[in-house]
Amino acid sequence: MIIFHYDKTFEGLLTAVFDAYIRKTFPDKLLGIDDLEPLFVDESYTVITQDDKSERVWKALEKKTQQGVRNMITYVWLSELPGSDELIFRYIRKTIDSKHSIELNFTDDDVLQMQKLAQKVGRERMRLIELVRFQKAADDIFFAPVSPDHNSLPLTLDHFKDRFADQKWVIYDTKRNYGYYYDLKTVTEMTLDSTGLFPEGKLDENLMAEDEKLYQELWKGYFKSMTIKERINLKLQRQHLPKRYWKYLTEKQ
Amino acid sequence: MKAEILDKLKTLAESAKYDVSCASSGTTRKNTPGGIGSTTGFGICHSFTEDGRCVSLLKIMLTNYCIYDCAYCINRRSNDIPRATFAVSELVELTIEFYRRNYIEGLFLSSGVVRDPDYTMERMVRVIKDLRTVHRFNGYIHMKSIPGASQQLVQEAGLYADRLSVNLEIATEQNLKMLAPEKNHESVYKPMLYIQQGVLESAEERQKHRSAPRFAPAGQSTQLIIGATDENDNQILQTSAALYNRPSMKRVYYSGYIPVNSYDNRLPALKQAPLVRENRLYQADWLLRFYDFKVDEIVDEKNPDLDLEIDPKLAWALRHPEAFPVDINKADYAMILRIPGIGVKSAKLIVVSRSYARLKAADLKKIGVVMKKAQYFITCNELAAHNVNETSPEYVRQLLTQKKLPKGKDNQNQLSLFPE
Repeated sequence: MIIFHYDKTFEGLLTAVFDAYIRKTFPDKLLGIDDLEPLFVDESYTVITQDDKSERVWKALEKKTQQGVRNMITYVWLSELPGSDELIFRYIRKTIDSKHSIELNFTDDDVLQMQKLAQKVGRERMRLIELVRFQKAADDIFFAPVSPDHNSLPLTLDHFKDRFADQKWVIYDTKRNYGYYYDLKTVTEMTLDSTGLFPEGKLDENLMAEDEKLYQELWKGYFKSMTIKERINLKLQRQHLPKRYWKYLTEKQ
Repeated sequence: MKAEILDKLKTLAESAKYDVSCASSGTTRKNTPGGIGSTTGFGICHSFTEDGRCVSLLKIMLTNYCIYDCAYCINRRSNDIPRATFAVSELVELTIEFYRRNYIEGLFLSSGVVRDPDYTMERMVRVIKDLRTVHRFNGYIHMKSIPGASQQLVQEAGLYADRLSVNLEIATEQNLKMLAPEKNHESVYKPMLYIQQGVLESAEERQKHRSAPRFAPAGQSTQLIIGATDENDNQILQTSAALYNRPSMKRVYYSGYIPVNSYDNRLPALKQAPLVRENRLYQADWLLRFYDFKVDEIVDEKNPDLDLEIDPKLAWALRHPEAFPVDINKADYAMILRIPGIGVKSAKLIVVSRSYARLKAADLKKIGVVMKKAQYFITCNELAAHNVNETSPEYVRQLLTQKKLPKGKDNQNQLSLFPE
């Protein structure tokens, strides 16, 4: 078994692809730098991430694929699922080795898996776009805590930046402890020292803008009134609105 | 904004919720400098109520006072319900503040008719005009056009709204007149025509110069109430098909009748809203819009009602066993789309993948085909299941409609070791 260790960054993964082609040996398994190796290892190699190498691999992909394929690779990487890095590695290798585009060959398991994973992350991106709930703070910044399964927050920034262009906002991933702040001009990555700002998904009441509480009540009242009691169907509701998102939904708090 | 708004909001939401339309699709609008919001072409749902319906737009009435007395409507003038009216500024502010918190995608404005149609419509247009011009709101706006309002007002509404709609409510005129004596089909078709004219004129203008204003870019929609009167599915679907033939008609919604005015004996006494029938009608509607079915293939004089037990596509397939089995590796897209268990997505995947390799049953499963249904209607590389043609439609139907027994109860056919 051939093992590559790398630093678990995307650039690291692309460097691993580069090194594999230079060494002419391809890993059966990708591990983090300090991960324990399995018992029987024929060859172990540690990748040192280098930007020039990773850029060359990306350029090669730009030559061989359409934008959609590269987006798909990004989405799969952000899925953070175990084995997704090995999947991307195999996919890139197949893409580079094949004379023709493999993009649509869904009889190949890796191609189909890539598409399915990317779809999964894409769906979560949509869920965030739907279900982010802003709470207005006293300093006129709109706060929204989220905790997505995959690291899909960065994929939503274009949408929110365009839509809420004239208000300052912060969307914060409490699970990964980082977020983005929009200051009416640009979006910047940020980290909060304490996540105590949102106990149980809510902004502390002392930090809320004056009318925030009222609008939350209005929204809750509206949401409740919209239900048609003769048609109650909780199963359908849960299907569209999985329970794990309820924590941060104003109307469900 | 004061707290008494909450009561108004609740009252007017209660009055608006029976309108089923909720789409926020059909228009793409980027944010404008200094403006608020954007619109995506595919529409976004923001929440789901306990009945499983999506909340996309702030669906609300400007007022629920009404001069009409339509039997199927909760807001009819003879009903003793709480009544309220929003001031234009109140509703505008509410929309903006909800929007900024990402609660909603925009506004769906409807209204009871007060004084006369023109007066009502004018106030509604003022709300959406304020949103668009004063607040530079780029979110989605769906507005009901009031039957009987002047063409001029419809013209103005179309400049600000993304979608306009008039509800037909009852598919045959005779029944509409019975339940709503003050209305007839002409009063509904007329504003529909105004909207259509507006859309077509604007499209023509915009071909000449791109800066010409858009008119209701997401077209129009309408709604039919199901089960309040005795129309069969054939009549309903023929009506929808005719509506879809008109330019600018994007959606026909079906609303299973909920007995809101059970005291009125012109209406049937229903225990439960006809939800299964409503679902089958939507499926048939999808076949019309995305699967290239003709309405006569789904229902006709001989089969005037949809089968409640199986979906309309499967029903079609069982009526036409001669069309099957379909060879997955050879048939054209249109035919693959007609196989039960294969949707638009899988059909597209099948067509692109088979140029790389012949598809087998396992591949189909991975692609997302519902093999439980599809297996009786296809042949592919190795699959040799008994298809609908070799057996019989009745047999396949029986297999597919068998109720799954809970675990432990499926041994009814097994002989007992100890006969009693």
